[in-house]
Amino acid sequence: MPHDLPKGGFLDLPNDHPVKTLVVTLLVALVCSALVTGAAIGLKPYQIANKEAARQSQILDIIHRLPGAADDLKAGRLLLQAHIVDLATGDYVPDMDPALYDQRRAARDVSASIEIPIKQDVAWIKRRAKYATVYLLLDGTRPRLVVLPVHGKGYGSTLYGYLGVTPDLKMVIGLNFYEHTETPGLGSLIDAPAWRQQWFGKKIWDQGDTLRLGIADGPVDPASPDAAYQVDALTGATWTSHGVTNLLRYWLGNNGFKPYLDKLRGRS
Amino acid sequence: MSNGKWNAFVTPLVGDNPITLQVLGVCSALAVTKTLATALIMSAAVISVITVSSGAISLIRHHMPRNVRLIIQITIIATLVIVVDQVLKAFAYSLSKQLSVFVGLIVTNCIILGRAEAFAMRNRVPESVLDGLGNGMGYAWILIVVGAVRELFGAGTLLGFVVLQTTTMGGWYPPAALMLLPPSAFFIIGFLIWVIRTWKPEQVEKSEFRIQPDAERGNMP
Repeated sequence: MPHDLPKGGFLDLPNDHPVKTLVVTLLVALVCSALVTGAAIGLKPYQIANKEAARQSQILDIIHRLPGAADDLKAGRLLLQAHIVDLATGDYVPDMDPALYDQRRAARDVSASIEIPIKQDVAWIKRRAKYATVYLLLDGTRPRLVVLPVHGKGYGSTLYGYLGVTPDLKMVIGLNFYEHTETPGLGSLIDAPAWRQQWFGKKIWDQGDTLRLGIADGPVDPASPDAAYQVDALTGATWTSHGVTNLLRYWLGNNGFKPYLDKLRGRS
Repeated sequence: MSNGKWNAFVTPLVGDNPITLQVLGVCSALAVTKTLATALIMSAAVISVITVSSGAISLIRHHMPRNVRLIIQITIIATLVIVVDQVLKAFAYSLSKQLSVFVGLIVTNCIILGRAEAFAMRNRVPESVLDGLGNGMGYAWILIVVGAVRELFGAGTLLGFVVLQTTTMGGWYPPAALMLLPPSAFFIIGFLIWVIRTWKPEQVEKSEFRIQPDAERGNMP
């Protein structure tokens, strides 16, 4: 019988010999793990660049929803600026460089984040960074769009995305997620253009300053008083839908961006 | 190239095609053929995995412990799938997002484990590599045909380029929305099977039983 491997004492052992079984299994496992590790580490820089591009493209997609804004941004009539916000006070932190600040890394860093009291942790994220990077689309010094980073638990993953609102906080411009691993075909439909489109123009708070923005229990009934605040639920993705509502409740609440947004509304 | 090697490559293309004759790998053929681009990327992924896995398994076949051979085969296949998935995430990010879980699910694609067990475990490396390549191509051309038909008639485009102006874009072609849904792939694969079996009648299976006369009407013998 022809052998592809050279003959040796060990290789001549019967294949069912326990020592040979163990050694061959271990060798295969070693080679395979080396391949997986090599691919994961070697390709990481490219993957990080792709993820960063995907994140930025979601911010741009929200800007696209504001009529004419994308062209004005390209022509230089509008300016997109990142700012760091202290979530506790709602003030800008001018001495921090947004280019060097990584909010998601800070959320894992005990000294740069806070533990969220369990009763307030409606988005199930346990900790949040003390500072958040918000993006302002500026017309001179007047903001036309505010883009807030939001995240929270969906069904099988944490949803990371951006919520774009007008500076007077009267309506939503867009809600886009750039990272999640929700069930393909069900929860993943949070990326579907038709569903995303529904967020445009939704109201956030009612007259009594109660947060009403969120996802309905099914399709939105146009006759219902909630229709101005809600978008359709995703069929077969109840957990994802609740997750989106919950993360909006958290990030638009007092523990999230509410102090900042109140000051923003006062200014504009 | 000797005849045996040539056969190992050619037979799975039509004569012993994994999808149309063995009816394997149909799940992914339904799921990733909404557009031609995803079908092409999936084909490339499966071809590379099955070719390398058949070669690697054939290389160590004389030292494969019998009790754990399936585990070892799956380990090798899964490793290759992870590598392919990482490469796609690095160089074809948006397509890899569209393919989502289906690249990972190549691990469970019965075509690949089937070729490992049925062929690579018993044949030399060159034949095994060609057999893997042939089966991969046999799977690929069906996927590409299905993907092209679905994208062309479902969206009026091919690889994103407009071929048929759809009515939604002000053209003349009313797109067949069914083509964008997975069941349409069943019809197309069924049609392909019919065409191939008309051309090669030896592929038609014998009936397993004869349909009996209708008892209700009192036609029982």
